[in-house]
Parts: sequence; C-alpha cells; structure tokens
Amino acid sequence: MTSPQRRWIFLVAAAGMLAFYLWGLIGLPGFGHYPGPYGDIINAVAVGQTHATGVVSAVNFEYRGFDTLGEEFILFTAATGVATVLRHLREERDTAAEDESSDRQVPVTSDAVRMVTLAFIGPTLVVGWYLATHAQTSPSGGFQGGVVLATAFVLVYLAGQFIVFKRLSPVDLTDAVDAIGAGSFAVIGLAALGTGAAYLANFLPLGSSPGAVNSAGTIALISFCVGIEVAAAFVLIAGELLEQTLIIREGDR
Amino acid sequence: MTAGALVISPYTVTPLWLMAALQVSVLILVAAGATAVVLARNPTRQVIMVSIYGVLLALLFMVFQAPDVTLSELTVGAVALPLLLLLALAKVRRNEE
Amino acid sequence: MHVFPFVVVAWILTVGLYGIITSRHLIHQIVCLIVVQSSTYVLLLGVGYKTGAVAPYFYDIPPNTPAVDPVVQALALTDVVVEAAVTALLLAFAVQAHKRFGTLDPEELRQFQG
Repeated sequence: MTSPQRRWIFLVAAAGMLAFYLWGLIGLPGFGHYPGPYGDIINAVAVGQTHATGVVSAVNFEYRGFDTLGEEFILFTAATGVATVLRHLREERDTAAEDESSDRQVPVTSDAVRMVTLAFIGPTLVVGWYLATHAQTSPSGGFQGGVVLATAFVLVYLAGQFIVFKRLSPVDLTDAVDAIGAGSFAVIGLAALGTGAAYLANFLPLGSSPGAVNSAGTIALISFCVGIEVAAAFVLIAGELLEQTLIIREGDR
Repeated sequence: MTAGALVISPYTVTPLWLMAALQVSVLILVAAGATAVVLARNPTRQVIMVSIYGVLLALLFMVFQAPDVTLSELTVGAVALPLLLLLALAKVRRNEE
Repeated sequence: MHVFPFVVVAWILTVGLYGIITSRHLIHQIVCLIVVQSSTYVLLLGVGYKTGAVAPYFYDIPPNTPAVDPVVQALALTDVVVEAAVTALLLAFAVQAHKRFGTLDPEELRQFQG
C-alpha cells in the first residue's frame, strides 16, 4: 500500500469520524450554558470545608487527591523510563562534554547569554518556590512550581557548562529527592488512615482564615511535595537527554 | 439558573460581547497555529512553532477563565517540551554524521 | 458561538491525526501527537465554561460569585503534565531507535519489525 493510497483511505475514514465526532459534540449543551451540578456545588462548599481559596488546587489535592497521586507516579515512572531507555548501549562510551557536530559552526556562548541567564536563576528559583507553596490561595500549584524550579537548573547549564549542571544535580541526589517527593504524598495519605479517617482525608489543622499560607491542612503540604517531585523528575529527564547529546559517543571517535 | 439565562455578577467587568469576540478570535488563532505546527515539516522549525502554539494555547486558557491551566501550559508547553525536543534533535543530528 | 469551540476541537484533532499519518520523521510525529492532546484541553475547558462567570479563585471576591467549573480545570491540569511525561518517554525511544537503526523515517523503520 503506497503512501497516496494511505492518504486517501485516511481522508475517507477521517470524514466519517469527523461526522460522528461533530454530531456528538453538537449534542452537548451549548458553549457557556453550563448545566451540571458538580461545579456549582464545589464552588459553594470548597472554601468553607477546606479553608482554601484556590478551589482548583483544593479539587486537585483533596477532593480528587487520588487522581493526583496517580498522575505524580506517571511522572515518576516517565523519569525512570527515560533513564532506563537511554542507558549505554554496548558500543558506547563517555567522552568529554564537547559539542562535536561538524556540520555547523557552534559559536562560543556569548557573554550576554551568560549574564542574563545568571541574573535570572535567582528570580526563577524564588518564583518556583512561591508557586509551589501557595497552592491554596491563588492560581499556583505544585506542578507549575516544580517545572519552574526545574527550569532554574537548566538556566544553570545555559549560564555555565554542562559539568556545573551535573555537579549541582547529581543523579543520586535527584533520584532521592524524586522518590522522597512521590513517597511523601503516599505517606501523607497513609497518615490520614492512621487518624481513623479515609485515605488522603484532610487531617491537619485547617487554619483560621481562608487563604492564608498556613491554611487548608494537607493541601499545602501535598502541593509542596508534588512540587519538589516534579522538579526532580524534569531535572532527571533533561539531564539524561543532555548527557546523551554531550557526553555519550559511539565507537572509537 | 436555567440553561438559557445569562449569569451576570458585580464582578463581571468585561462586557459579554467583548469576551465572546476575544474568545472567537483566540480560537481562530489556535486553529491556525495547530495547522501551522503540522504543516512545518522541518523538525527544528516545528519546535519553534510548537513553542508559539503553547503561548497561544495559554492565551486561550486565560480567556476561558482558567489561570492554573494557563500556568501549566506556559511552563510545560512553551519551555519544557521544546527544550526536550531540541535536545533530542541535537542528539539525532550528531548521529547522522 | 454555541458550537464554535467544539468545531475548533474537532479541527485540531483531525489536523493532528493527519500530521501523524503522513509524517516522514519520528520527531515530527511526536509533535503532532502533542497537537492531538492539546485538542482535549480545549474541549475540557469549553465544556466547563459559564457565560459571565469568573475564575474559581475566591481570594478577593465573595465565595458565592458565579464561577466556572473547577473540576474540569483540575482534569486539564493533570492532562498537561501527562502530556509532558509521555512526550519525554517517546523522545527517549526515538533517540534509541535512531542509534540502533540509523534512520528516523517511519517507512524505513517498519522493515525492522521482528
């Protein structure tokens, strides 16, 4: 079956699928006419029950905390999978971290890039920390904060050399931080079992005023653990790919 | 609240027609961005296009009143994913010599 | 305006699928998969939107202001992170496939099955 044939078969099948898909989508209540009860119920009770003013984070870490636990383990497994798939093949060896592509003139990293990225490392760390610890008050959360924290490490690589990045995030330490973040989420759930409530119930003191940083019980704690876990997972993945690009060479070059 | 009633509160400061116009225009931009990402055959150019598409999606989520999803899409779709893609492309290009 | 966001969702899905099927480069296929996944975010947020409502964050507005649905926003948040994880793993597979077989063309890679 040649490629143009495959293209025509796809167009016919796509027309049929599109017809059914649009028929189903147009059967939904129109855009803006939200009918369902759950959104209104959660908006009405969330602030009173959890003292968290960020209702999306309350849904993520308390009302549907089990889904977040599963998603965090997806990220953990992806980091492990990338490290396993990108292991050394039989004929590869590590060399010095130089960019040896012969088809492009790789310029030396300019001073402007180095200075700007160096200046941005501090603010990025602060912003990432803020996002990871304020999940219950404003549009922040563990995931966003974690990815921003991981970006700070990549800025370290851009501002310096690969070896600095490797020294600031050794694989064993990052692995340990990743595991601690993922494990503490599960342990907090088990601790809720220890107090006689359901798994992942909110058992810490809820705080006096909704929206303060120390309010909302386990939501703040879980969000912080998720933040460091996501940061460690992304640093691991980026480190693996950087190592592939810069260090691992094939054969006897 | 019946299905046909408009919901207006004292905190809705943007006029409804302006909100609808914003949403329609950003939706059109997102559809055009998706087409441009697919039609860019060179992988390096496609990575730049996917970064722009991530920013357009973040704009769409902002207009749909979802700031948390905006933050996630900005950090993941416009920074982390193009970084991983560029690293993989650099490795593949090195292997091709 | 009642159905326009859903039409855009169907368009993005079809365009992404077309990109996956007619692609000649493995990394181009992975990026088209990102486009397909992004259509689900727009669908989720489009379903939860309420005309004239605000974002569900009650830090500075009273807690009974009409707000959009927060549950679909939590689902879309999970979706974005899962997309990043899946793409990272697929990229690792693509890099190893290129090392082992020397090519990133899906047509030529099909001959190496088994």
